[in-house]
Amino acid sequence: MPPIEREKGKGRREEGEEKRENPGSQFPIPLHEEMDPAMDRRAFLTLLGASLALAGLSGCTLRPPDEKIVPYVHPPDADEMTPGKPLFYATACPRNGYVDGVLVTSREGRPIKIEGNLLHPASLGASDAITQATLLEMYDPDRSQQVMHRGLPGTWDAFLGEANTYMQAQRAVRGAGLRVLTGSVTSPTLVAQIRAMQAQLPAMQWHQHEPISRDNVRAGAQMAFGRYADTLYDFTQSAVIVSLDGDFLLSMPGHVRYARDYAASRRVRTKACGPGQPAREIMSRLYVAESMPTLTGTMADHRLPLRARDIENVARALAQQVGVNGVAPTEPLPPEVAEWVAVAARDLQAFRGAGVIVPGDFQPPAVHALAHAMNAALGNTGKAVRYIAPVEAEPMDQAASFRKLVQDMQAGQVQMLIILSSNPVYTSPADLDFAGAMAKVPMSVHLGLYDDETSALCQWHIPETHYLETWSDGRAYDGTTTIMQPLIAPLYDNTRSAHELLDALLVPPGRAGHDIVKTFWSGQHRGADFEAFWRKSLNDGVAAHPLSLRRRGGTELSSGASVAGQVSLQAANPTSQPGSPSPVPGGGGLELIFRPDPTIWDGRYANNGWLQELPKPLTKLTWDNAVLMSPRTAEKLGLTRQGGTPGTHPESVPVVELRYRGRSVRGPVLILPGHPDGSATVTLGYGRTRAGHVGTGAGFNAYALRTSDALWHDDGLEIVRTDDLFSLGVTHSHQTMEGRDIVRIGSITQFRKDPHNPDGKEHVPNKPPMILPEAPPLPPSEYAWGMSIDNNVCIGCNACVVACQAENNIPVVGKEQVLGGREMHWLRIDRYYTGMDMERPTGTYFMPIPCMQCEKAPCELVCPVDATLHSDDGLNMMVYNRCVGTRYCSNNCPYKVRRFNFLQYADIAPVIQLMRNPEVTVRSRGVMEKCTYCVQRIQNAKIDAEVQDRKVGGDEVQTACQQACPTNAIVFGDINQPDSQVAQLKAEPHDYPLLAELGTRPRTTYLARLVNPNPEMRAE
Amino acid sequence: MAVEHESRQKGLNPPEPVLLPGQTYASIDEQISAIVLKRPLTPGWLFGTLLSFAFIMLLTFTIVYLIARGIGIWGVDVPVAWGFAIANFVWWIGIGHAGTLISAILLLLNQKWRTSINRFAEAMTLFAVACAGLFPLLHLGRPWAFYWLFPYPNTMALWPQFRSPLIWDFFAVSTYLTVSLLFWYQGLIPDAAAVRDRAQNPLKRLFFGIVSLGWRGSAIHWKYYESSYWLLAALATPLVVSVHSIVSMDFAVGIVPGWHSTIFPPYFVAGAIFSGFAMVLTLAIPLRKFYHLEDMVTLRHLENMGKIVLATSLVVAYGYFQETLMAWYSGDRFEWYMVQDRAFGNYSFAFWLLLLCNVVAPQTLWVRKWRTNVLWLFVLSLIVQIGMWTERVVIVVQSLHRDFMPSAWHMYYPTVWDWAALTGSLGLFAGLFFLFIRILPMIPTHEVQKLAHEREPHPERENPAAAAKARP
Repeated sequence: MPPIEREKGKGRREEGEEKRENPGSQFPIPLHEEMDPAMDRRAFLTLLGASLALAGLSGCTLRPPDEKIVPYVHPPDADEMTPGKPLFYATACPRNGYVDGVLVTSREGRPIKIEGNLLHPASLGASDAITQATLLEMYDPDRSQQVMHRGLPGTWDAFLGEANTYMQAQRAVRGAGLRVLTGSVTSPTLVAQIRAMQAQLPAMQWHQHEPISRDNVRAGAQMAFGRYADTLYDFTQSAVIVSLDGDFLLSMPGHVRYARDYAASRRVRTKACGPGQPAREIMSRLYVAESMPTLTGTMADHRLPLRARDIENVARALAQQVGVNGVAPTEPLPPEVAEWVAVAARDLQAFRGAGVIVPGDFQPPAVHALAHAMNAALGNTGKAVRYIAPVEAEPMDQAASFRKLVQDMQAGQVQMLIILSSNPVYTSPADLDFAGAMAKVPMSVHLGLYDDETSALCQWHIPETHYLETWSDGRAYDGTTTIMQPLIAPLYDNTRSAHELLDALLVPPGRAGHDIVKTFWSGQHRGADFEAFWRKSLNDGVAAHPLSLRRRGGTELSSGASVAGQVSLQAANPTSQPGSPSPVPGGGGLELIFRPDPTIWDGRYANNGWLQELPKPLTKLTWDNAVLMSPRTAEKLGLTRQGGTPGTHPESVPVVELRYRGRSVRGPVLILPGHPDGSATVTLGYGRTRAGHVGTGAGFNAYALRTSDALWHDDGLEIVRTDDLFSLGVTHSHQTMEGRDIVRIGSITQFRKDPHNPDGKEHVPNKPPMILPEAPPLPPSEYAWGMSIDNNVCIGCNACVVACQAENNIPVVGKEQVLGGREMHWLRIDRYYTGMDMERPTGTYFMPIPCMQCEKAPCELVCPVDATLHSDDGLNMMVYNRCVGTRYCSNNCPYKVRRFNFLQYADIAPVIQLMRNPEVTVRSRGVMEKCTYCVQRIQNAKIDAEVQDRKVGGDEVQTACQQACPTNAIVFGDINQPDSQVAQLKAEPHDYPLLAELGTRPRTTYLARLVNPNPEMRAE
Repeated sequence: MAVEHESRQKGLNPPEPVLLPGQTYASIDEQISAIVLKRPLTPGWLFGTLLSFAFIMLLTFTIVYLIARGIGIWGVDVPVAWGFAIANFVWWIGIGHAGTLISAILLLLNQKWRTSINRFAEAMTLFAVACAGLFPLLHLGRPWAFYWLFPYPNTMALWPQFRSPLIWDFFAVSTYLTVSLLFWYQGLIPDAAAVRDRAQNPLKRLFFGIVSLGWRGSAIHWKYYESSYWLLAALATPLVVSVHSIVSMDFAVGIVPGWHSTIFPPYFVAGAIFSGFAMVLTLAIPLRKFYHLEDMVTLRHLENMGKIVLATSLVVAYGYFQETLMAWYSGDRFEWYMVQDRAFGNYSFAFWLLLLCNVVAPQTLWVRKWRTNVLWLFVLSLIVQIGMWTERVVIVVQSLHRDFMPSAWHMYYPTVWDWAALTGSLGLFAGLFFLFIRILPMIPTHEVQKLAHEREPHPERENPAAAAKARP
């Protein structure tokens, strides 16, 4: 970016700020050195005020982006900032190349909340936990803020100078020594830039390396169709869903949308209950054969735990039975598995054209090819399954590409390596010595948000702008394209986006990101209406461009019939294809499964406190990863939980050494019911050495075991017990409901018989009789806020938990405090197993627990200072200022939803304070806090309604958790208005209050969980 | 001691006298005031005082650290938001019961044996209540705002929330402390005057002169003294029952299984008397030994206290039985789970320990030989106190750690600061007591003298006619 451009917005900034940009300064210049001896009093005071205001921001600036950004929905002239009023901007959150459409709340120029973009097909207004938490990433004080040259502070100009020398040298050899390493790329602008670079330097090479690789998906499509293709599912169209280790509810691209669609196929209502909730008493049926338990598996009507390598055999058996020619299982199936396959196959046959088979991203290509063949054979293609041209700009076999890069580096053929937003030193497979090869590259450049493991080995590190500070673009899983606009000018002056870096390398000194992106799009959308197009695209968060629209004919690959022909030809003998893991000769032992971490993903979010402290959906583990295995496997290895050794936490678990292919790491064991026997799962992303204050040192590094030929699972693991013990911060360690009436679980058939008691059990009445006379009725209030949570569609994905954390300024407490039982989440998701045998639980059930806002609240009675009391519209309110912290209310809360600031938990780092929601008090230590039904949103709606002289609509207020929920499981509103959605849901027969027998009369009620088991399946 | 041996040899069970023969007005006065006035600093006392002082320092440090860092230095969490602090509070308050019970109820019931032990039992009460009072304050999240529990006039017109048992607690404990203090002080006045009259040192004379409030021992003084003392006793009597009943309501009003029980008030009162008498034994036995008070604190006293310990142990055992029975009989799933968890769950060791200490061990007192064995009584008194403290911990912690929602279940592990606060409060108690025994007369001289007076032959009372004849 040329300095001229950057001057544009400077006029608004204080004078003292200018010098912060002083290139080459290693440390922020102390105030007294900045002072001119001739400075007059006024200038001094200005400077003093500025430095006080920004004290602790360590050089970061706070202002809106210089260029025009377009707020959501509001008419174009209404985007002037009004103090106290939030503005909303559409943009997109990239992960693994794909983007999810988001809508960001901005307060006085500060983004404070990320939500889904209603107009974006991958979001439809919802989002996931990680996307929500990327807000904290932007404000992370550990973010890289300084150009680094060989570990010492450098300057952008010095970098450009050196880089130019190399670029000149490369021009001479047509770029033969130039390599660009990226993750998966969907950004049209970035692709155009790389293409431009390739045009100038035809011999350069572009490599891609995404740790959570989708090579299997690509190879599977290659195998089936002879070309790359992306598969899209439409679960609203499906009656029978069979997942072969496919976690379409949490980890696949598009999972937010898939969760919405899946929920639509499972939602049961006796009457229509508002938009998207028609009367419907049928459910789709979900079969899941999976290895590591996933959220998709927990939703299954029939879940089959299998070792990861056995999935392929099941896929073959299933393919054979649904009529794919020339396929047969390679080994005989155990009777239990055979039954599952037979029943699933019959169901699929019965619902031809209304089924879908979902292969897992981490399963070998053969499973994908078989799934494509089955979907074709069953006539599902073109209905619930569609194929589109790849969304990625340049699909490739990333493992091979990366291996080639390492080879070239080792061979000394790489003169200049540009690493864009990737951390390969940490994430590269252990058998490729990428770190060692780095030493042979004379000029390596790393662009990244953090000064991480890779930047430590690079000549140059350029701090990257966060996506909320960046002009860019990207495409969603279905091809929808978003032009990403920044919410805020980069917090740190030295940061650059990938576009700016490449542009500066190509045409020094380069242009600003905005110009690069806009120039690219003006080439795409020619014509006089470009400005309108640009404005509309920014406003909607969806580019109004053919590239973007999923249902336009151009992107559809081909119709179902022709695909079927191709597939059945090629899938006959899929295992001969390269890319599938080959068992190590004589390996035996246990199977080792690698999976992305459900919260910190591949490790890139390791320094994100919200995600570190977010309980992982199934294990409820925080701050660590663990070696996950089934109870029986643990018993066999003598690893059942043992504690009580002096000097250790009483609940510590044994540490084991994992020996695998000549490498070993040590990690704690966590027993996971439902995990297949004979396997152990480790999640990637932990054991970072240069993540930052939050992430460094948490967990163990599973990448150290992972090899490029078996990225996801293979045999040959040996587990050796050590004498060490380790404490894991698990927030919910009890596994069963102890026979209590907590999650009501019934079947759809029973529901049709008796919708009031779908679980067929006797229940105490929702309003049990009381010995005491009823209190005199309160005067009727205008509103009665209430919430309905549908356990039937809650997938336990945690999106609501992070949404609540962001909305309500909930602090992160750290591992030690979690171990002590002091996590602060106002909303938690409980996870229960059913069945007598935890080895093979009959089901896993989730239940979000916010405050129940009891009408007869036990907490209110016992507070000695009246710090918690009831509002006339039914809120159980908490007056933080009045609370003295007796904690009696928490003891007396049967739902245990109250959270206490045992210590000073609220982070007071200045940059974190910028992120806070100004409408919610930050709580000090010694004060109780809890869910308030987002009272600040209710108040805003009331104020708006009063200004407009009307009543607040029954569905007008949305709580943060409701807004984030991908499955619309949470509905909030006014139950006084009978046409409100929440009132209709509460009138559903299977609505029930939690712990009704206590007589607390909760305002939050639940809808029973329903399953749709196939009666043909032998009772489990 | 000679008498003890004699009675044993004879195999008879005559009740031990409450004052051994040979003590006269003067000897009693002399012996008791000598402890305060003449006795030199002994190494034992000095050692005990300094040790206690060390623990007071520990307590002080804990409090400072607690206020600086926050309540999180203790092991409390969600769901176990109350931990040792509340258990300590209940335990100390319970100990504080015996003093007033001895001085007030036994006075009203005309139990002569109370006289020699009531002074230090009352002092024990005050010190125990002082220790107890620390904990509810310290365990607040924001202890500096404790006065918000008090209905003081303020500009925001905010009142406490009177439905909360914690407010009742606040009043009950402060009332109890006030009445106990007055009662104790009033009993002290004649004795302080006696010490004043014997004191040689002008400073001591001044101190006891102030303390005795100008007591001259006139008949008028005695008349007013007696009537007000009895009046105060009558006032204090209901407090003995009310304080711990109200403390028990902190739990009984809650809906937590293991708390929500109507038997709690009587059961807590019995437990309080139980631990209180055990504490009196713990203090009396070394005192009579080291200060040679065997003549005044006789085996009769110890035996009587042993009987009360036994009786209250049975009441407490009945409470345990009732709790279990009602949990089963009610058919309440949560209550019944709680009982099972108490017996076989994570904290079952504490439950069985408390049964052993509070129910099994006191049964030895049925046997007179054990009841009159001073060493066993001392050991047993310690066992009972450990048992009662464990009981409080079990009620607070075990009930909370597994209540309604299995998802929220979490263990409570005390930290080093939990133990520091407990041992520090023990140090505070002991330190105050060490100071008390050297500064104030620990045995009510005038009341013991009254015993001596009553023991002397009073021919005119026993046989007025003969006396009349004998008169010249």
